[in-house]
Amino acid sequence: MTHSDVRAAPAAKSPGPPRRRRRRLRAFSRRDKVLMAVMLGIPLLADVCFIWLPAVATVGLSFTTWDNLGGFSSIKNNGLGNYKFAAQVDPQFWPAIWHNVLWLLVFVCIATPLGMLFAVLIDRNIRGSRIYQSVLFLPVMLSLALIGIIWELIYSQNFGLLNTILGRTGNTNAIDWLGNPHLNLWAVLVEASWRQAGYVMVLYLAGLKAVDPTLREAAALDGAGAWTTFWRVIFPVMRPINVVILVITVIESLRAYDLVYITSKGAVLPGLELLSMLVTEWIMGQTQRIGYGSALATVLLLVSLVPICIFLWTNFRKERTR
Amino acid sequence: MVESADTPSNTGPGAQGIARRLGLGAPVTRRGALAGAAAIAGAGFLSACGTKGSGGGGKSAAPTGADKKSGGGNSVTFGSNYSDPAPKEAFASLISAAEAKTGVKVTINTVDHNTFQNNINSYLQGTPNDLFTWFAGYRLQTFASKGLIDQIDDVWDTIGSGFPDPIKALSKGADGHYYLVPIYNYPWVVFQNMTVFDKHGYEVPKDWDSLITLCKKIKGDGLIPFAFAQKDGWPALGTFDILNLRINGFEFHMQLCQHKVPWTDSRLTAVFDHWRELLPYCQTGATGRIWQDAAKTLESGQAAMMFQGTNQVAAQYVADKADLKALDFFVYPEINPTWAQDFMDAPADGFCISAKAKNVTAAKKLLEYIGTGDAEAAYLKYDQWDVAVASDAKVPSYNAIQKKSVDVISKCKSVAQFLDRDSDGGFADNTVAAAFDSFINNPTAGEAKSIMKSLEAQAKTVFTS
Repeated sequence: MTHSDVRAAPAAKSPGPPRRRRRRLRAFSRRDKVLMAVMLGIPLLADVCFIWLPAVATVGLSFTTWDNLGGFSSIKNNGLGNYKFAAQVDPQFWPAIWHNVLWLLVFVCIATPLGMLFAVLIDRNIRGSRIYQSVLFLPVMLSLALIGIIWELIYSQNFGLLNTILGRTGNTNAIDWLGNPHLNLWAVLVEASWRQAGYVMVLYLAGLKAVDPTLREAAALDGAGAWTTFWRVIFPVMRPINVVILVITVIESLRAYDLVYITSKGAVLPGLELLSMLVTEWIMGQTQRIGYGSALATVLLLVSLVPICIFLWTNFRKERTR
Repeated sequence: MVESADTPSNTGPGAQGIARRLGLGAPVTRRGALAGAAAIAGAGFLSACGTKGSGGGGKSAAPTGADKKSGGGNSVTFGSNYSDPAPKEAFASLISAAEAKTGVKVTINTVDHNTFQNNINSYLQGTPNDLFTWFAGYRLQTFASKGLIDQIDDVWDTIGSGFPDPIKALSKGADGHYYLVPIYNYPWVVFQNMTVFDKHGYEVPKDWDSLITLCKKIKGDGLIPFAFAQKDGWPALGTFDILNLRINGFEFHMQLCQHKVPWTDSRLTAVFDHWRELLPYCQTGATGRIWQDAAKTLESGQAAMMFQGTNQVAAQYVADKADLKALDFFVYPEINPTWAQDFMDAPADGFCISAKAKNVTAAKKLLEYIGTGDAEAAYLKYDQWDVAVASDAKVPSYNAIQKKSVDVISKCKSVAQFLDRDSDGGFADNTVAAAFDSFINNPTAGEAKSIMKSLEAQAKTVFTS
């Protein structure tokens, strides 16, 4: 798109229509056009087929009931029934929404700042920074499935590391980290943050390394302390990286699923309800309620759109005022 | 997430929690039965594609063309979810016996059981194998009524005389036609660690009061009366089932499962009241424990009893190489004298012909053999926890648990299949299980009332659509 805009721009300035046509012809030979059509067409087709079509179909199906047995003729219109059921009847729906929001808050307020802190500390070239760096980055290299299993070994009621250290593996005093509905979401958030912090750290570290060292020197000469240097000089310079990290944080927290799935073995445990878990619960398996699952997926889509829209809106506004 | 697909995880006995849990990390496994390595790789959706022993490995069976009667030659394909080592071996034994007897060539397509069950919809509507493994109950009827399973009345004309009436009823769809040939079932009973029982001189309780007295005594001795787990979502449905069957009887159970009585029915209050009385004697933290870990507490003697199916507890003992002789069971004690001990959950598994089968003649021939006592005996040679359903089955390999299982099932006036088999599976495994989870974590009369109300509101939507 930008490509054609750039080419078109000088053409618009040219005076006469005939010239303009000739210039256009020169700008895009047949070969160019074919190439452009192919290069735009294939991704566009993939985008439409694999993203837009399913998304639109999901929204459409959310107003129906369908058990996925029998053809399309067995799909029945249900109006807003599925949404009403979610909001008024399903006891798992509101907890799921709240847990999704909580997940986002913990990532934005705790996990990501923690990762940034690690990056800043390591960037100060403290002794053994390489080791810290490797240790903190390790979780990012592990698959989420593996992280789930590792933490299960730590949290296990009767055999786990944590309860063993606390001396609470008995049958009466064991702490049920992953089963107790008041604890398990936090236990899983620790797992997720453990990984997220490492991820953010590496990204931020890369950004910090790219900051011009003279800025620091200048700040030091002006008598700024470490905190002031970071907050007043480095942080503003890092704006592009900050934006990337914010986007990643939001995306990672909204697609929260894997760790909970591993932890609960597919069932939706009390305290670990998430929209994504409820969606798969109803769309997969032998008894399917495609309509209801689609309605939940649509809600998840809407929830995801909120932070994304806010982000895009503020970002574009800033770009324009610049 | 089907109650039935369960067979023991084949993970090692030693190294206690750690090594074993590695094997249990796989997603969705009801029995955590994926091999450890696969679980570590996070490959939850792998589907093993095995072929049967006797013939050529891997390639699909080429029609031998000898049989004139059948449309697609004399070979059939068999979709199996018997993916764990022991059932896989038992299934292979059954099929080689069937091949020898019928001359039909069988190609087995084994798929991990959870994957199989979760994909059953698309499997049956896509390109299913001629025969496939399935369960008795409501979910058989659902697929039958949608025309996805072939009706096999003519097979039952041949094999029918070999089965008792309750088993015949289980094999029928809602339309009264036969759709399933069962292979085994297993009872849900109260397992006892006999070492513990003998040491403390505990006695088998006959009624509710003596059960509670026994529980008090066991707790007083510093042990857990009932090992209990509900992380898998379904084991607690079994406890609910038996209390409901004992208090309100079989008919009420079936009516409730099919939502012909509401979940707010006052008779259910009594069930939850009994459950509340029992829960203080059940292992705490159940919603965070998989049932295999609960079975471990029974095995190690930390718990005295556990209420679950032999297909799980006895199978776990075998997988852990624990001493089966130290395991015994008794039928759940009487609560309401009207029903005494007349009913129990005894889920049956079996085989069906898919509606899209290519070689129905050969498939039916195979089922006619499978529906005999001999065939069941061939299967049970490699299975130490399930029992045959044919009346004439002679299984010399039965152990004490199996012999007793046969006895207790035969004494029942009716057997239920299980809440998630007698009712809409999704409603039972997702909705009811979640409600029971919150009841187990907060066993109060108020909570019971609120989940009954909530379940009824949800059931109204599920059972009308």
